[in-house]
Amino acid sequence: MDSFGSILAEAFGLILALDPDLVEIVGLSLKVTLSAVAISCLIGLPLGAAVGAFRFPGRIVLTVLLNAMMGLPPVVVGLTVYLMLSASGPFGALALLYTPTAMIIAQTILVTPIAAALTRQVVEDLNREYAEQFASLGVGPLGRISALLRDARFSLLTVALAGFGRAVAEVGAVMIVGGNINHVTRVMTTTIALETSKGNLQLALALGVVLLILSLIINAAVMAVRGTAQRAAYV
Amino acid sequence: MFEAQTNTTSTDAARVPTPLLQTRSLGFEAGGQRLIDTVDVDIRTGRRTVIMGANGAGKSLLLRLLHGLIRPSAGQVLWQGRPLDRAGRYAQAMVFQRPVLLRRSVLANLSFALSARGIRGRERKRRIEIAMHQARLTALAYRPARVLSGGEQQRLAIARALACGPEILFLDEPTASLDPASIHAVEELIAQAHANGVTIVLVTHDLGQARRLGDDLIFLHGGRVVETGPAATVLDNPKSGPAKAWTEGRLFFESDPWNRSQRLGDRS
Amino acid sequence: MIRRSFIGLTTAMFMGLGLATPASAEDRFIIVQSTTSTQNSGLFDHILPMFTEKSGIEVRVVAVGTGQAIKNASNGDGDVLFVHAKPSEEKFVAAGDGVARFDVMYNDFVIVAPESDPAGVAGITDVTAALTRIAEAQAPFASRGDDSGTNKAELRLWAQTDVEPAAASGGWYRETGSGMGATLNAAVGMGAYTMSDRATWISFANKGNFKIVVEGDPRLFNQYGIILVNPEKHPNVKADLGQQFVDWVISQDGQAAIASYRVDGQQLFFPNASN
Repeated sequence: MDSFGSILAEAFGLILALDPDLVEIVGLSLKVTLSAVAISCLIGLPLGAAVGAFRFPGRIVLTVLLNAMMGLPPVVVGLTVYLMLSASGPFGALALLYTPTAMIIAQTILVTPIAAALTRQVVEDLNREYAEQFASLGVGPLGRISALLRDARFSLLTVALAGFGRAVAEVGAVMIVGGNINHVTRVMTTTIALETSKGNLQLALALGVVLLILSLIINAAVMAVRGTAQRAAYV
Repeated sequence: MFEAQTNTTSTDAARVPTPLLQTRSLGFEAGGQRLIDTVDVDIRTGRRTVIMGANGAGKSLLLRLLHGLIRPSAGQVLWQGRPLDRAGRYAQAMVFQRPVLLRRSVLANLSFALSARGIRGRERKRRIEIAMHQARLTALAYRPARVLSGGEQQRLAIARALACGPEILFLDEPTASLDPASIHAVEELIAQAHANGVTIVLVTHDLGQARRLGDDLIFLHGGRVVETGPAATVLDNPKSGPAKAWTEGRLFFESDPWNRSQRLGDRS
Repeated sequence: MIRRSFIGLTTAMFMGLGLATPASAEDRFIIVQSTTSTQNSGLFDHILPMFTEKSGIEVRVVAVGTGQAIKNASNGDGDVLFVHAKPSEEKFVAAGDGVARFDVMYNDFVIVAPESDPAGVAGITDVTAALTRIAEAQAPFASRGDDSGTNKAELRLWAQTDVEPAAASGGWYRETGSGMGATLNAAVGMGAYTMSDRATWISFANKGNFKIVVEGDPRLFNQYGIILVNPEKHPNVKADLGQQFVDWVISQDGQAAIASYRVDGQQLFFPNASN
């Protein structure tokens, strides 16, 4: 086994060399993951806010369901999406299998419950504070949802980051629906899996370090934006 | 236990025009306890009514029932002689003990409340300017509401309520945690609103404030109305045992039923 | 602030979808369902650019176990099947999922073991005798256990012995349920015997102190075949482009390309197309 130092050295070597293959793979990873997180937030934030802010029959069941779905096994999601998109499946005619779009769909299914469940918690706490005032002002359901989401925006950035973390580190689903095709659907995690199966453990670990650094940069950037915006505008 | 005094207000009501707000045998129960018990009160147009009572008497709860924030378990609330509905609620506004402000600027807080009432464009801008001017917040328009001082926050909350143009304003111990200068500023705002024709219903613990701001007084004890009448009369010469004990500083309870019912999760 | 970032994210999202629009029929690429051995050994990286340069057709390889590759292809998810499990391939064609099967090349399987060779099988040329001795010694043996071509070949060999490895599953017989590379990693990790195709073994980088202990038995022969997925059964198949790839692989050019692939000076695949 190689030392951790040499793995780090190889990781930084990869980054500094700006190897075109690596850049392509990192770019696709980001494109797929960020798209999935964006779509998940568009669905999950309003959904989670509605569950957090309103009382309706089945609310507890829905909450438990959302929380449980945070633990969806990626491989199961991958297989389900594969069966849907397969040429012999119901959506085969769309020819989406083995494309980045298929990967985005699979990751969206994985991340949406996370976005919704965590948003529900954040919004429920905030709503406890706002509910009476909203009722007094006569704010309608849509107004409530949008106001709660807007006022919880800094906490919701963390929700989005949690979704990002899940998606960017996920390999099971994108491997199945993307096929790990070189230059088409190969992303960081599937590359790591491939290099591991080739026995290139040091390269695999170095790529893992690159992924970690990438994740670190994005988290730091979001937190910096959050901090600045919070200081500059609102508390 | 103390017995409720004869309810003078309801006999008066037969001779005067329909009160702005009335309750009929109003009751509220939570966790098997009767927190508001057969309350019949009239709030008259243009008057300033003060609700007093010890902690746990049900003052905040009654205010929320009057405003329609919670549904009564018995009896009803009448707005201008008819059951309180959405339109009636829109003619009311409420200020809470601790101001609930959005995590936005002073201006955005005012703007949000007006938008919720469907007031937009030039009219919204005009009302915001008037509200900020009255509450002396114009210089703070773009400040985040959450960093204002306690007094400024409460002034903003009142300005926001008044900007909606209510016929009645409910205030739940609005000065409970403020310094004297801030209390003065808040009382000034309330007086100004009253001068502009807004009916005032105020819950307070402060005897001096009750004298300064109250025309009528409702005294609650154990969820029941034990005494009503002109504020000065009741405060100077309380007839009921609880009101007498209260004004003399001998009456207190440990818990407030409203807070208790909140903890029990019985809010509707 | 959040609204603005939403807009940004949404834009990114639609750009993402835009770039990933469904492939239309004119797109000059095909999907080949193949196995990890051809991919991990580097063969495709060597020969596919030659084909693409000549034909202008991009080849997208999905490398999974033979069993899964055949299943994917029989769902119509691929234009060409390029695997190594002749009986299953013939069944695939007989079922109408494939047009016709052609021999492409062969290599062979080897049994690898740690240097200590705990069952003492080094030098035995009869593969079933070697497997029997491993079983008698209860020396750990890592099986793919994933219905891949290699797994099927391994099980055919066990069937020729008196040993019932499934009975020892979880004991000395360990089914990893993973690809060849992952299984090799596992075998190296636990000091177990395992059977690998020679190409994957030679190009495998994490050999540790492992070496080949059994090779050369004719029963270790590993034949690869290529099949165009049947466009009559699966109308989305790009029959014309796929046929061009099949034709090239079994042509003299393609066969020469396969023969020219070497790792550490060793030829990994031996072309044997019949034309």
